[in-house]
Amino acid sequence: MLNQPKFRAMVWQALLFAVLAVGLWILVGNLNANLAQRGIDFGYDFLLGPAGFDIAERAIAYESDSSYLRAFVVGFLNTLRVAVIGIVVASLLGLMVAVGSLSPNPLLVWLCRQFVEFIRNVPLLLQLIFWYLTLTIVLPDTETPAELLPHVFLSKNGLQFPWFLAGEFPSLEYPVMGTFGLVGGAALSPEFIALLLGLSIYTSAFIAEIIRAGILAVPKGQTEAASALGLTRWQQLKLVVLPQAFRVIIPPTTNQYLNLTKNSSLAIAIGYPDLVSIATTTLNQSGRAVEAISIIMAVYLSLSLLTSFLMNRFEQATRLKER
Amino acid sequence: MSESFKALFKGRLNTAITVSLLIFFAWLASELLPWGLFNAVFAVDLNACREARGEGACWGVVGEKWKLIIFGRYPFEEAWRPVVASILMVGACIAISQRQLWRPSTFMIAGLVLTGSVALMVGGFAGLSYVPTERLGGLALTLLLAILGNILSLPLAVLLALGRTSDLPFIRTVCTSFIEIIRGVPLITVLFMASFMFPLFMPSGTNPDVLLRVAAGIIIFSAAYQAEVIRGGINSVPKGQIEAAQALGMGYWLIQTRIVLPQAFRVVVPPLVNSFIAIFKDTSLVTIVSMYELFGSLRLALGDPEWRAFYIEGFIFVALIYWVFCSAMSRYARGLERDFAAARR
Repeated sequence: MLNQPKFRAMVWQALLFAVLAVGLWILVGNLNANLAQRGIDFGYDFLLGPAGFDIAERAIAYESDSSYLRAFVVGFLNTLRVAVIGIVVASLLGLMVAVGSLSPNPLLVWLCRQFVEFIRNVPLLLQLIFWYLTLTIVLPDTETPAELLPHVFLSKNGLQFPWFLAGEFPSLEYPVMGTFGLVGGAALSPEFIALLLGLSIYTSAFIAEIIRAGILAVPKGQTEAASALGLTRWQQLKLVVLPQAFRVIIPPTTNQYLNLTKNSSLAIAIGYPDLVSIATTTLNQSGRAVEAISIIMAVYLSLSLLTSFLMNRFEQATRLKER
Repeated sequence: MSESFKALFKGRLNTAITVSLLIFFAWLASELLPWGLFNAVFAVDLNACREARGEGACWGVVGEKWKLIIFGRYPFEEAWRPVVASILMVGACIAISQRQLWRPSTFMIAGLVLTGSVALMVGGFAGLSYVPTERLGGLALTLLLAILGNILSLPLAVLLALGRTSDLPFIRTVCTSFIEIIRGVPLITVLFMASFMFPLFMPSGTNPDVLLRVAAGIIIFSAAYQAEVIRGGINSVPKGQIEAAQALGMGYWLIQTRIVLPQAFRVVVPPLVNSFIAIFKDTSLVTIVSMYELFGSLRLALGDPEWRAFYIEGFIFVALIYWVFCSAMSRYARGLERDFAAARR
């Protein structure tokens, strides 16, 4: 009986189950004892109570007496905002660097390789804080903003630009000079710009490497065959090389997009109110460590699972149809 | 004319790119060289630095603060201990990276050296004064966390990878969920768990050491990533080999330890080095849970209002340290990859 593979499989699994169950039981017991000692009831009811802190950047209405739940939603929207724009910027920059490092010009190739090598080998946190400190020094004072484009201003208030008036759709509201700098319109804060710069430059170096490797992975014979058929260089790239390269490029690039989203949690170091920094404020204020951390984990996990679901669909759709 | 010189000026677009890049480099040099070199202040002289502000760099900030940047809050009179420990740790890593030395005994010795260097830094025996772990800092802490986080995580990673590729459904589900949960969340949340949540799950009254908790967080985090790398290696071993081993009557553990893992490890060393680099950089996040590794110590040093203005110089100094370590490792990984690819052909 001991040598029956099926029996042994059962024993191993039962053993793991027992270890996990006992471990979990002890941990939950400890948690309950600790929480009781601190006079906290585990639960998510606190989310409906007033948060009591202010959030500088919000996509939806939020006051300091709004609920914790609303604060979390504001944080989540801030995470999404920086992640989505960051993904677009990182992809464009990455593509440019990849094209540069595949160009026939050795000087350009050298520059692109050095960029990738340096950016990838220095911690993101260092880069983020560097950008933030530099922005707070380099940006013009709020009293003397620089007008980049008509009605678009850059100052220590961040980037201010015209935006639609609430309720009156087609009309724009322009930033105008008040007593303490510009008011009106919409603004991207220096924290947001620093985070966006840091995240997209860091991620672009990784994306550039992926795109470069993807294009190099297409066998040379393919281009030669295409040019023998009389396709122009652009047609070769568009019809032969890129469709094949994309299959190699897309999965790791999606991974980089997820990394960018996860790395946006470093916002806490420069004071951009993303999901993690809202959760940390909540944790420090209410002492609800388990609840706050579990919310962050749940949100990031759903994002990851959603992405990997979409990735699998994509891979199935673009799989090589071989006979 | 040499081949590469011709490549610079072939075609109109190419020539335009070359010329504009040369102008860009010339401009960069004309801006950076005076700032970094000709007008720079190398002496630890705050007044000279203030005068040169905007014109030249103040490398004096490094001269003034290097003790704090490199050693963190470690008592400076005892600085020889982190120095010796760092040399031992780097030496152990260099030894492990030599392929001639890939033998179990090397790994055992490396493990002993690592334990020894932790003991040396903490002290409290043989006449060495005790240094509380929260005083550990600077480069030595970065090295310590990165190496612990990559070596101690390996056994766990191997088990997780075996579990995820196993035929037993419950074991597979547990390992897969663990890997995916850890890989799905940012390292910060894992560190928060280690520093805020972990104490809540321990018997009341006990308060595990902060270094231990943070190291445990990093180990768990890197194990999940390493497990996926190792799984790739396990999957690359041809099925026929396992079937052949089964036909010879070998059991599961014998097949894994004698047939699958040795071949898998050959393939996964380069990507494992890459995950080492990622963790090495990620150790900078422990600042957020108030441990002062290399970058955290820099920020501690720049907390001094007198020298805060010269942060760029400090950042460049620390960025260079990271860059030297990381690019050495990635060069090593690329070399291995090339050799392995050549060996397979």
